[in-house]
Amino acid sequence: MSVTADDVRRIARLARIAEPEDRLDTLTGELNGILDWIEMLNEVDVEGVEAMTTPVKFPLPQRVDEVTDGDCRDKVLANAPKSDEGFFVVPKSVE
Amino acid sequence: MSDLLKLSLDEITTKLKAKEISATEVAKEALSACQAAQSALNAFTAFDEDKTLAMAAASDEKLAKGEGSLIEGAPIAIKDLFAVEGVSTTASSHILDGFKPTYESSVSAKLWDNGGVFLCKTSMDEFAMGSSNETAFTGPVNNPWKGANGEMLTPGGSSGGSAAAVAADLCYGATGTDTGGSIRQPAAFTGTVGVKATYGRTSRWGTIAFASSLDHPGPFAKTVKDSAILLQAMSGHDPKDSTSLPQDVPDFVAAVGQSVKGLKIGVPKEYRVDGMPAEIEEAWQKGIDWLKAAGCEIVDITLPHTKYALPAYYIVAPAEASSNLARYDGMRYGLREDGEDLTAVYENTRAAGFGHEVQRRIMIGTYVLSAGYYDAYYLRAQKVRTRILQDFDQAFEKVDAILTPSAPSAAFALGSKSDDPIAMYLNDVFTVTANLAGVPAMSVPAGLDKDGLPLGLQIITRALDEETMFKVGAAVEDAAGFTAKPQKWW
Repeated sequence: MSVTADDVRRIARLARIAEPEDRLDTLTGELNGILDWIEMLNEVDVEGVEAMTTPVKFPLPQRVDEVTDGDCRDKVLANAPKSDEGFFVVPKSVE
Repeated sequence: MSDLLKLSLDEITTKLKAKEISATEVAKEALSACQAAQSALNAFTAFDEDKTLAMAAASDEKLAKGEGSLIEGAPIAIKDLFAVEGVSTTASSHILDGFKPTYESSVSAKLWDNGGVFLCKTSMDEFAMGSSNETAFTGPVNNPWKGANGEMLTPGGSSGGSAAAVAADLCYGATGTDTGGSIRQPAAFTGTVGVKATYGRTSRWGTIAFASSLDHPGPFAKTVKDSAILLQAMSGHDPKDSTSLPQDVPDFVAAVGQSVKGLKIGVPKEYRVDGMPAEIEEAWQKGIDWLKAAGCEIVDITLPHTKYALPAYYIVAPAEASSNLARYDGMRYGLREDGEDLTAVYENTRAAGFGHEVQRRIMIGTYVLSAGYYDAYYLRAQKVRTRILQDFDQAFEKVDAILTPSAPSAAFALGSKSDDPIAMYLNDVFTVTANLAGVPAMSVPAGLDKDGLPLGLQIITRALDEETMFKVGAAVEDAAGFTAKPQKWW
């Protein structure tokens, strides 16, 4: 499978990265280079093989469902690009 | 540079406990050595002298009362991926400009609980995506080891700053993270020891996420024993990380120096790759001979899916990264770029904040997870990952440890691979399998090539059996007698 410049424009949109038009061709070439190389995986027999999502082989413990953190609004806001009156200030998103 | 900084972690902590020197003196010495080296090596991203000296003073108080912990008073450098409270933490990315965490990563917190003194943050490939430290927003780190003609070399990556700092004797140890080889490859390139434990042995909490099922925090050290001490100090169950293993931490340090007699060492034929320099092959053969002489039995083994590990990794890791890095949207921390509406703010922030390699990986990850491609790419890669784990499971039925080269070359010149993503990715051909399987692995310096550059050997063991890894690592270290150091030019 390979991607076109249109696909790359769509992927960039999905990833929320503004890719300038003049970079699309370069990116298309790079992504296709990587995708071609990855095609090698089609040689592997994966019939009946389970997908691996984590290397952890143990049942992981569940903790008690209780509040262990919080009450630290100022810490949460400390790195905000913009904040006011205890809130994050974000660009208008609802008309 | 004074001789003080040439000491190992084990040696300096012994001196500190014997009150031959104070933690404050050691901290001052290390700070000034790092700062003096910065313009030449570009290995550091942040200092906080007040914090360093306050922590050293606290160590001195404890040492005076005879209450020093495992690494009391030793200055440790921290990869810029770990949150250190109140200190700039950027993952060497422009998108985290100005970010100062209000919390401490679990790994660094454990180091401080064990008496470590924060020294500085170290440079890395942006978001740990790279094998040469060239994708750092603050520019490449220079390897303290120069090429035969004096050319600047990469220290490897992604944890290049930490590797350079340990190799140049600017600290007594450093943290790194290893997602596909980002500790072991730079360790091999700089003549240092680098360890990645079993997945889940060290907590990922407070470590900026790249690929969560593959990220392994671990140490860089001058000796195998130091690496065991540091891993001991940073390991253990952490309720804040749901994948942290609820297992007791064995005495890693006690394993160092134990006999390897009778251990079965596997040598996988798939690690003899095309175009590998003869010197790597020779270093590997030497390693085999050393272990044989130490009483190990050498067993030829096969890890048949090895060549599929990197392509599988370049689906799984970018997929996880595209999801993890979705949080950088310019709203809550870091960079925010203006735009005509909210979507434009997101898109402009991420275009300006992420470098090309990071953008490339986010795009690959977004693509392989997108509707219509998920099964063909992501699901298949996860199944291949199972095959790679099965390779190891079968091998470990026959052997106790596996010996391989750490990297397919010695350190290469800066700029020599930066235009070819796949050539760069191939650096991790020997290391990435252990990340996919989650098994412990370390790189130990084994010798020098004809240009006088360090080469490393990798030891891989069963999940949770770091002790055998340290035993074999120490045996290789012992036999190699590697004492070479880069000539000081920084």
